[in-house]
Amino acid sequence: MIKKIGEQTIQFNTPPTILETACIVGPKEANGPLAKYFDQCLDDEFWGEDSWEKAESKIIKETVNTVISKAKLAQNDIDYCFAGDLLNQCISSGFGLRSLNVPFFGIFGACSTFVEGLSLASIFVGSGISQNSICATSSHFCGAEKQFRFPLELGNQRPQSSQWTVTGSGSAIVSRSGQGPFVTTITPRKNC
Amino acid sequence: MEPLDTKNDYQKYVEQKTPNSPILKNCFNAFWVGGFICAIGQLIWETCKINGIDTQISTTIVSIILIFISAFLTTLNVFNKIGKFAGAGSLIPITGFANSIVSPAMEYKSEGYVMGVGGKMFTVAGPVLVYGISVSIIIGIIYMIFGFVQ
Repeated sequence: MIKKIGEQTIQFNTPPTILETACIVGPKEANGPLAKYFDQCLDDEFWGEDSWEKAESKIIKETVNTVISKAKLAQNDIDYCFAGDLLNQCISSGFGLRSLNVPFFGIFGACSTFVEGLSLASIFVGSGISQNSICATSSHFCGAEKQFRFPLELGNQRPQSSQWTVTGSGSAIVSRSGQGPFVTTITPRKNC
Repeated sequence: MEPLDTKNDYQKYVEQKTPNSPILKNCFNAFWVGGFICAIGQLIWETCKINGIDTQISTTIVSIILIFISAFLTTLNVFNKIGKFAGAGSLIPITGFANSIVSPAMEYKSEGYVMGVGGKMFTVAGPVLVYGISVSIIIGIIYMIFGFVQ
């Protein structure tokens, strides 16, 4: 089924497949060249909520709902959920996916959260424990600026090469059977 | 492209690709906006003087008015645009200090008035206050000692 090869690589004999994906993004991403690939583009960074954190929760919740309905599954077809974000205690995914009613693993890997979730979901599916698992992640530019950098209203200058945290969320369903793409091997990086 | 082997190579590659800040343009904007803010201050000060207000009180009035303008523009989401354009020009005068206190207060309002606004208001200005006040106390003590010697 699943085995370790070499020093740190995980190999699947029956590779799990990514059944369906979904993503919802904010206004800046919607203006970019990838806009046509997103399931939904928001024109308001608050999305009707009264804080960045609540908006991010709503984004990840709607993304997961979208991926489930795109895959034509019901909520109880999903066995496990792996999700995380950038905020303290992973509140966006924690609160956002509360209504999902699926066993939940909160994960944190900063930029690597999504691949971390995808790896764990694949291991759960590939080992035969789960039929369908979800992985999801989200971030919000304003929420991340507030938590890690400076308030938005602060009158400072950003360097031309400074990063811009995505406002948006992505989600994928990993399933035991499907048309692919397949997860055949996973090589986690050593944190050095 | 040459393969990048070491961390150093990668660092050099990144530096080579990173666009530089337009330093001359930034300095020019900082200079005239900073000067303009100081000129407003001076104008208020002169107005006070003409109206026969004491010099020391005039200085306080200048600070109060500039702080108010800056705080007000911050709440209108205008000050961050000025700051983006002028950099140190609007950051170094007292206007930048007012902005650094008002902006966290606005940002953390969603976390409540006590733990949010109250607790986080000085996240940006806090270090300036702590070290500014500490250094002023140390200098005060040195001044006092030398004052006694004289």
